[in-house]
Amino acid sequence: MESVTDLTVRQIGRTAGIVMQRNVDVTAASDIGRDLGVDSLTLMNIVMELEDVFELSIPLDRLADVETVGDLAALINELRARA
Amino acid sequence: MGLLDKHLGYRAPLDAIRSVGADPSNVRFDAVLSPTEGMLDGQKVILLGTNNYLGLTFDEACIEASAAAVRQWGTGTTGSRFANGTFAGHLALEQGLAKFYDRKHAMVFTTGYQANLGVISGLVGRGDHLILDADSHASIYDGARLSHSEVIRFRHNDPEDLYKRLKRLGDQPGGRLIVVEGIYSMMGDVAPLKEIVAVKREMGAYLLVDEAHSMGVLGERGRGLAEAAGVEADVDFIVGTFSKSLGSVGGFVVSDEKDFDLLRIVSRPYMFTASLPPAVVASTLTALKRLEEDSDLRRRLDANARHLFDGLRALGFQMGPQASPIAAVVMPDQATAVAMWNALMANGVYLNLAVPPATPENRSLLRSSVSAAHTPEQIEKVLSVFAQLGQEFGLLPSQARQASA
Repeated sequence: MESVTDLTVRQIGRTAGIVMQRNVDVTAASDIGRDLGVDSLTLMNIVMELEDVFELSIPLDRLADVETVGDLAALINELRARA
Repeated sequence: MGLLDKHLGYRAPLDAIRSVGADPSNVRFDAVLSPTEGMLDGQKVILLGTNNYLGLTFDEACIEASAAAVRQWGTGTTGSRFANGTFAGHLALEQGLAKFYDRKHAMVFTTGYQANLGVISGLVGRGDHLILDADSHASIYDGARLSHSEVIRFRHNDPEDLYKRLKRLGDQPGGRLIVVEGIYSMMGDVAPLKEIVAVKREMGAYLLVDEAHSMGVLGERGRGLAEAAGVEADVDFIVGTFSKSLGSVGGFVVSDEKDFDLLRIVSRPYMFTASLPPAVVASTLTALKRLEEDSDLRRRLDANARHLFDGLRALGFQMGPQASPIAAVVMPDQATAVAMWNALMANGVYLNLAVPPATPENRSLLRSSVSAAHTPEQIEKVLSVFAQLGQEFGLLPSQARQASA
């Protein structure tokens, strides 16, 4: 069975693919900038979509510590737990 | 390893643009002849990318006021108002702005960029919520970072999306500040301010409107989009700049908010920078008077904006959603945009090349800004150059279709 984090990672990959209009293969270890070629503006657009997918607010200042897809998944899961 | 190695990803795209012709980030004017004409590489060009909306940079009264002020008060203030004192001109300018907007308070900053930095970081802080239009100017984003507030973006010009995101915040503690722009600088589109105000009222938030590109452009008296939309009473803070319609440099905020004066001792971009030099303050105040007294400036600007926008659209170019003094022509790709931009310049038309990531939706744009000072003949000349180059670049429908359209 997939863990919550795995599911979130998969959803991030799907959403990134929609925003970037191409297939995006992600793992928790994928570096968002280096491996996925996501610039800061695209990341903000992906986050805006993810807010709708997960029905929560992801403040931009929290992205400062996000380097990998796993970091972003952990942030989302933390915010979901708090909501 | 050099410190700048982390930016090397920009090297190849920059070199690619430079290899085609001029460097859009480093255009060098040999001379500026008037608000609408300059010299580039020994050739006279029509200036169509200057944000000089009212064409006041060479206004006789503004120049005289500036010259008198530099003689009387010197070349600079050599310090901040917080530490080194305020000159009479700073106060006169703030009083002039407060009167113009019919607000209790006004505060002047050294640049428009610093106005957004200083106002946003002064109004919201840790634990507050800042809700920004996704296409906000870099100065708004940088102000957000300086504020340490919780920043949420909503979809560009989408009041329903704003509503959804405000609602999502639920009953979390902290203040809420919505930030939008009057006219967006890349596409020239206008915020749906009435609808945004309705959301603000229902959800209980403050509203800041950046009228950088709409002051002196929109509204019966030129006060901007808030005036044009008839919602000034619901706009809590108006931020603006002197570097566009007023033809100098600097920024400001006006408001009726109580305890406004506290901003002057908490806003670091206000406190820790030298204040505007007397010559700039004097020309700005004179330009503000010109804006107030000469509504013909706005009429000419509006006529020129429509002339250019309608003309480009009639030729078959893909344009932004509405006519405003900013007319953005959407190019199919960056390479075409760069080539076209160089060709326009070679044919005597200077405007702005705008490419991702500075543009919405990763578009490559030829961005022009019209001035009240342009003559109809200059606009016609621009249109004829666009028509000719549009054909050469294969960007326009065939002549036959145009004729029948």
